[in-house]
Amino acid sequence: MFGIYLRRELLNRRRQTIIIAIGMALAIALVIIVNSVSGGVKNAQAAVLESVYGVGTDITITQEPEAPTEGQGPGQQFDFGSGDGTTTDGTTAVSQSRLEAARGSSTFDASAIDTAAGTDGVAAAVGVLSLTNTTFDGELPDFSQMQQGGTDGAPGSGAQPPSGGPDGAGGSSFDIDSFTVLGYDPAAAAVGPLTAATLSDGRVLEASDAGADVAIIDSTYATESDLAVGDTIDIGGTSFEIVGIVTSTSADGTSASNVYIPLVTAQTLAGLDDQISSVYVQADSADSIDAVKADLETALPDATVNTQEDLASSVSGSLSSATGLITSLGTWLSIIVLIAAFLVAILFTISGVTRRTREFGTLKAIGWSNKRIVGQVAGESLVQGAIGGVVGIALGLVGILIVNLIAPTLGSGTATTTEAAGPGGMPGGPGAAGFGQQAIASTTDITLQLPVTFAVIGIAVGIAILGGLIAGAFGGWRASRLRPAAAFRSVN
Amino acid sequence: MYTLSGVTKTYDQSKRKVTALSGVDLVIENGELVAIQGPTGGGKSTLLQLLGALDRSSSGSVKLDDADLSSLGDGKLATIRAQEIGFVFQGFNLIPTLTALENVETALAPLGFGTTDRRDRSVEALEKVGLGDRIHHLPSELSGGQQQRVAIARALVKQPRVLLADEPTGNLDEQTRDEIMDLLEAEWRERGFTFIVVTHDSAVAKRAPRRLRIKNGTVSER
Ligand SMILES: Nc1ncnc2c1ncn2[C@@H]1O[C@H](COP(=O)(O)OP(=O)(O)OP(=O)(O)O)[C@@H](O)[C@H]1O
Ligand SMILES: [Mg+2]
Repeated sequence: MFGIYLRRELLNRRRQTIIIAIGMALAIALVIIVNSVSGGVKNAQAAVLESVYGVGTDITITQEPEAPTEGQGPGQQFDFGSGDGTTTDGTTAVSQSRLEAARGSSTFDASAIDTAAGTDGVAAAVGVLSLTNTTFDGELPDFSQMQQGGTDGAPGSGAQPPSGGPDGAGGSSFDIDSFTVLGYDPAAAAVGPLTAATLSDGRVLEASDAGADVAIIDSTYATESDLAVGDTIDIGGTSFEIVGIVTSTSADGTSASNVYIPLVTAQTLAGLDDQISSVYVQADSADSIDAVKADLETALPDATVNTQEDLASSVSGSLSSATGLITSLGTWLSIIVLIAAFLVAILFTISGVTRRTREFGTLKAIGWSNKRIVGQVAGESLVQGAIGGVVGIALGLVGILIVNLIAPTLGSGTATTTEAAGPGGMPGGPGAAGFGQQAIASTTDITLQLPVTFAVIGIAVGIAILGGLIAGAFGGWRASRLRPAAAFRSVN
Repeated sequence: MYTLSGVTKTYDQSKRKVTALSGVDLVIENGELVAIQGPTGGGKSTLLQLLGALDRSSSGSVKLDDADLSSLGDGKLATIRAQEIGFVFQGFNLIPTLTALENVETALAPLGFGTTDRRDRSVEALEKVGLGDRIHHLPSELSGGQQQRVAIARALVKQPRVLLADEPTGNLDEQTRDEIMDLLEAEWRERGFTFIVVTHDSAVAKRAPRRLRIKNGTVSER
């Protein structure tokens, strides 16, 4: 009887069923989509971070470069003594390559790695040394004051040799070729560089490579520079053997580089013994990240300690604000629509019961117990909620499918981090800002892909059941209070 | 069967108290056919509600055999209604979304019959009231007389000991009225249940061996 009556009511009072179900469906679809969008944006953010900082990095430790003072550091200066090069016809042919700390980064003592590793809650700490190799190749007139070298392009994008024309600078002709070099510890490669890269040829560096003149190069740089495994590459005047080629998910970012060499080799070659430019830290658990950050800041007072969250806001500024916006806006919108849908369901159920006063009175008069009638009303509401749930899940999935088919491109991770003035002697003119700052201009286009999780579907089912139960409880309560004598009402 | 002593029923209507029945003493024997007449607002329906265990008296006792309907709980009253009492209303009171057959089946739902047993008994009851060929019709697809036949089948399918009818022919034309009353009277003669019918219509009341008159909440024989 329950089933027959239920079916007849839902089919014959279709308008009520449809209105309640549509209300629930819209709310559920919205919840699914909002949930999924915020998940998708978070994934996109994670992807950006991963491409920039590698997999598994929770915290990075760097040190702000000190304000440059004249004459400090090697600078971007080539010193050509009178004895350098070969002079013919009043010009001097020179070729010199220099390996030094990447612009905008400053180096600090490698003991920070051990300090970090020894901090409570730290699972792994890896130190790297970011270097830039610059090769000057060309002919100079007699004087050696030529220091003009405005180049465009971030160091990351590497080999775009700008050439000063012969008439550009007093009859000189030269190339400045620069590429990035990252020294890392092959023995501790669980975090940080290369974790987001895949080996496409040759081999990776191994612990036994420490101190050796071997290098891994990025596939994009390999193609540009026409290099392959087995070739050699000149770094800081030393010839390195290329043993592997990797493809990174993004060619930009601090952990990505054109060339990778063992840390010890890099330190020796750059004259930066026991120096590193950043430490990548992995925490034991996601919950302890903030505590670990605080501990690290205490242990390393001069260092800048950034968590993924800090990184997220700096690396993917637009994405992280989008995440915040979508989550808060979407959550509020979902809550409002959800409340509206529940109210619609409750009000329609109550008014439906009121309209059926004589019907329920009659059923009570012929012996139906309160329990049976409440069950009937609650059953109707539950099924209406369930229909809303099924339609809502379908709507939500269609919405997600549409977004995924369109695959909108998010404003990638365009953010500039540390900006440092170029050291003296290397004035970055307009349009030549590339050298003066370390720009993490992640140009990787991240497309929004909305994930569908069982949790979201579970939540949707839960909402449908909850909505049905609440509406059913109100309707049932209303029906239980009807007097059986209501059967005697003359009019409906 | 029924023993009423000193039955009073008052309704609280926003400050004003309405006395629908006052000090009713009444005995109705098993198997009687009783017609109740009286002016509008006299308390006829109120009395029927007390006899039908739909409501409790304000004071006095309404005994159905040994059970005092004025002091039983809701659940117990529901059980008595389900097992012992059949109702026929002026407005038919069929469930609009259910077919004739399903409407009759609602009377058996609280009694724990199996699905087929319930169905067979309901079909039989509908055949008995002459609607064997209309069992799958919705109430809206039936005439007033046919709807009242469905209601009678619903009231009698559980073989109640009491049939209570409030103006059962009030919404019907004269010819249909007589058909319905013929049917009810035949069933009463055949089954011997106690039959109490409220009516304005003397043509209906005339069929009853015993007639009561209720005016201003008091009952008198006539
Ligand atoms: N639920 C109620 N609440 C308040 N007053 C009521 C209620 N039911 C009946 N009454 C009042 O009780 C009195 C008796 O009503 P009842 O319905 O028993 O009369 P009736 O004889 O059946 O009249 P009718 O011939 O019009 O059906 C009337 O004054 C009526 O207004
Ligand atoms: Mg009445």
